[in-house]
Amino acid sequence: MAGAEHKHPNYMAIFWYLAILTVIEIAVIYAPLNKTTIVVLLCALALGKAALVAMYFMHLRFETGTLGLVAITPLMIATLLVFLLLPDGFAVAKRTVGVKAAVSAPAKH
Amino acid sequence: MSPSASVHSAVEPAETPLTPESWGKLGMWIFLAGDAVGFGVLLASYGGMRATSADWPSPYAVLGINLTAAMTFLLICSSVTMVKALEWLGKGDRSKCRMFLFFTLHINGNPWGASLFGTSFFLVTGFHGLHVTGGVIYLVSMIRYVTNRPAPAASYNAVEITGLYWHFVDLVWIMVFTFMYLI
Repeated sequence: MAGAEHKHPNYMAIFWYLAILTVIEIAVIYAPLNKTTIVVLLCALALGKAALVAMYFMHLRFETGTLGLVAITPLMIATLLVFLLLPDGFAVAKRTVGVKAAVSAPAKH
Repeated sequence: MSPSASVHSAVEPAETPLTPESWGKLGMWIFLAGDAVGFGVLLASYGGMRATSADWPSPYAVLGINLTAAMTFLLICSSVTMVKALEWLGKGDRSKCRMFLFFTLHINGNPWGASLFGTSFFLVTGFHGLHVTGGVIYLVSMIRYVTNRPAPAASYNAVEITGLYWHFVDLVWIMVFTFMYLI
């Protein structure tokens, strides 16, 4: 089969990378770090693992660059959507904080 | 050119520049990109709501992280058995391919995992569980397909496309596990 050599990378090596990254993820959540650092680290680790699966298990590394663009587009849309939703979310949170305080406060007679 | 392309040349006269080996592969990639938008929207909405909520519970205080981490590990294992199935088929060994497809099927078709995925964070995990169920049915049909094709090379393309779907389910779980269980 032509091209079979480069089409089958060392899958076991990829497996061990993924397993090690998963262990690091678990370690990170118990690490004495501030919340922002933990979130950034976890996002980076998840993206690294997803990239390994896409590049080697799904053979994206050996496909054309345009197919890579097809694959990365949903990630960009989802990331954009988070930032589109944040202003609305913060506005709702700001309004409901006042309502919640009024509800939880004892009624004055 | 892959063996499958030569086998299917009669029905695939034109090659797509994106995936010269088969149109089927391009079709699966486009489906997966659309499906990824679906998951992306669900996760982005979850992230948006959570980031702006004052009293969101800490997931690892509520959910069983260690068990889920073990399940995540199993899902990664099933991706490895899937690529091994393809590798053996490429070498012309149909029975080893079937064996690894069988392993892939059983690693994730376990009811323990299904109940865990199905009961917590129902919308996203349920949607993912639905994909796993679809994948299990897909794998069962592929074992039959590989068995019935005259030569190992004749089913190479179809098994590779099945692998794309299965690895995508694995990839999505990597994201769900991080965003809904760990963060």
